[in-house]
Amino acid sequence: MSEGALPAWSLPSDATGTIELPSEWPERVTRDWAWGGADGRGVKVCILDSGVEPDHPLVGRIDRSVVISLDGDDVVVGEDTDGDLCGHGTACAGVVRSFAPKCELVSVRVLGAGYTGSGSVLLAGLRWAIEQGYDVVNMSLSTTKQKFAGLLHELADSAYFRRTILVASAHNMPVESYPWRFSSVISVGSHEQRDPYTFFYNPQPPVEFFARGVDVEVAWMGGGTLMSTGNSFATPHIAGIAALVLSKHPELTPFQLKSVLYLTATNVGAGA
Amino acid sequence: MSGDLRSAVAAGVLGAEEDYRALLQSVVEVARAIFRAEASSVFMLDEETDELVFAAVTGQGAETLIGQRFPSSTGIAGWVLVTRQPLVLEDVGKDPRFGREAAESTGFVPKSLMAVPLLHGEAAVGVLEVLDRASHERFTLAEMELLGLFANQAAIALDLLRRARQAHAALDTSGEAGALSRLATALERDDLDEDVRAPILAILAALEELL
Repeated sequence: MSEGALPAWSLPSDATGTIELPSEWPERVTRDWAWGGADGRGVKVCILDSGVEPDHPLVGRIDRSVVISLDGDDVVVGEDTDGDLCGHGTACAGVVRSFAPKCELVSVRVLGAGYTGSGSVLLAGLRWAIEQGYDVVNMSLSTTKQKFAGLLHELADSAYFRRTILVASAHNMPVESYPWRFSSVISVGSHEQRDPYTFFYNPQPPVEFFARGVDVEVAWMGGGTLMSTGNSFATPHIAGIAALVLSKHPELTPFQLKSVLYLTATNVGAGA
Repeated sequence: MSGDLRSAVAAGVLGAEEDYRALLQSVVEVARAIFRAEASSVFMLDEETDELVFAAVTGQGAETLIGQRFPSSTGIAGWVLVTRQPLVLEDVGKDPRFGREAAESTGFVPKSLMAVPLLHGEAAVGVLEVLDRASHERFTLAEMELLGLFANQAAIALDLLRRARQAHAALDTSGEAGALSRLATALERDDLDEDVRAPILAILAALEELL
C-alpha cells in the first residue's frame, strides 16, 4: 500500500482537526444544559401520520402539509388540503407543540391510500421526509410486512447518517414489526406516570425509552381534546424533547442526541 | 374416496362458514366480558376490495349493520389497521366526525373506545373494538397488555379460519379443485345409476394408479 492510501473510512494523523467537536459537554450533562431555555426554534419536526388539522389551537401553525399517494405503482407527493383523516396526527402534533412552541411542524400524511398500499406509502413518506432534511420525524406507526423491513432499515440508517432523528413507536403486541426495532431509530414505549417530562432509559432493548403514554390529553379533530392511551402518544413526547435539545444544540448527531436523552432520563441523570 | 372428498367439501364449505361466524361472535362476546364493556365489534379486512367489513357485534349495536363496508384506511379502525398500533380513546363523542360514524355503524355514540389490530404473522386480518369499558378509573398498561394478548389469540384463530375459508372457496370455483369437488358430489347422489357410477369409479381408480 502506498503512503497516504489509507482505507476510505480512516483518520490520517494530520487530519484529527477535521473532526473537532463544535462544543464541549459539561462534566455532568443536566436537563438545564440539554434544553434549559429552549423553545424548539430552528428545528423542523415532521409528523408522519394521518394528517394534521389546520389551525387547531393546541397545534398552531403547520408549515407544510403533504399527502403521499399511489398512482398505480408510482408514488405521488402532493399538497394536502384534507386535514386529518383520523385525529391521531393532530394529537401527535399537539404533543410536540406542547414541548417546542417555536418549532416548525410539517405534516406528511401516509394514511388514506388503503391498507394494501400502506407499506409503499409509509416507505415513500419516510424517504421524502429524510430527503427534505427534517431534524426530527415522529413515526407513531409500523409495518409487519417483511418485504419492507430491508428497505425501511436502509432508510433508517440513511436518516441516522444525515442527522434526521427518527422517533418510532414500539409495538406492545407479540408481533415482529418495523421500523421501531432498528437501532438507528429512537424507539418509545409507554409508562404510566403523568409528568410529560418524565422519561426512562430502558437498558433492555429493543425498546430504548419509555415516555408518558397513558391517559394523555391530546389535541383531536374539531379543535378539541381527548384523553388517550398508547405508545403512539408516548412517541411525540420524546420527539418534542428531542426538538428542544436540537434547538439548543443543533450540532448534535443522532448518536449524541440519544446519549443526551440517556444522560437526562429520569432513571439516569435527572433522577439522581 | 368420493365419500371422503365430499365430506371434506361439506365440512369445509358449510362448517368453515358456521365456525367463522361462531368464532367472530365469541371474540366480541369475550372481549366485552373481559372489559365489562357496553359493546364490542370486529372489523375484518377484505383484501380483494381493500375494505374493512363490519363482521360481528355484541351488546349495544345494530346487528343489521353486519356486512357494512368502508375504506380500509379511514377513521380510527383504519388508522389502527394501517399503523398496527392499538389505541385507547376517552370522550370520543367530542369528535363530531367520530360521533357520526359511530352512530351510523353501531347505533350509539360511545364515551370510550379501545381499538386493537388483529395481527397474525405479517397479516393484519382486522380490528377489534371495545366500547365503553365499565371501569371509570384511569386506564392502565395492564389493561393494554390484556387487550393485546386477547387480540393476538383472536387473530391466530381468525386467520386460521380465514385461510380455511379461502381453501374451501377454491373447491367451490371453476378451477381443478372445484371440478373435483363437483365430481365427488355427483358421485354421492342417491339417484345416480350404478351403471354410471361403477365405470366412473373405475376410471378414477385408473387415474389414481396413473398418478
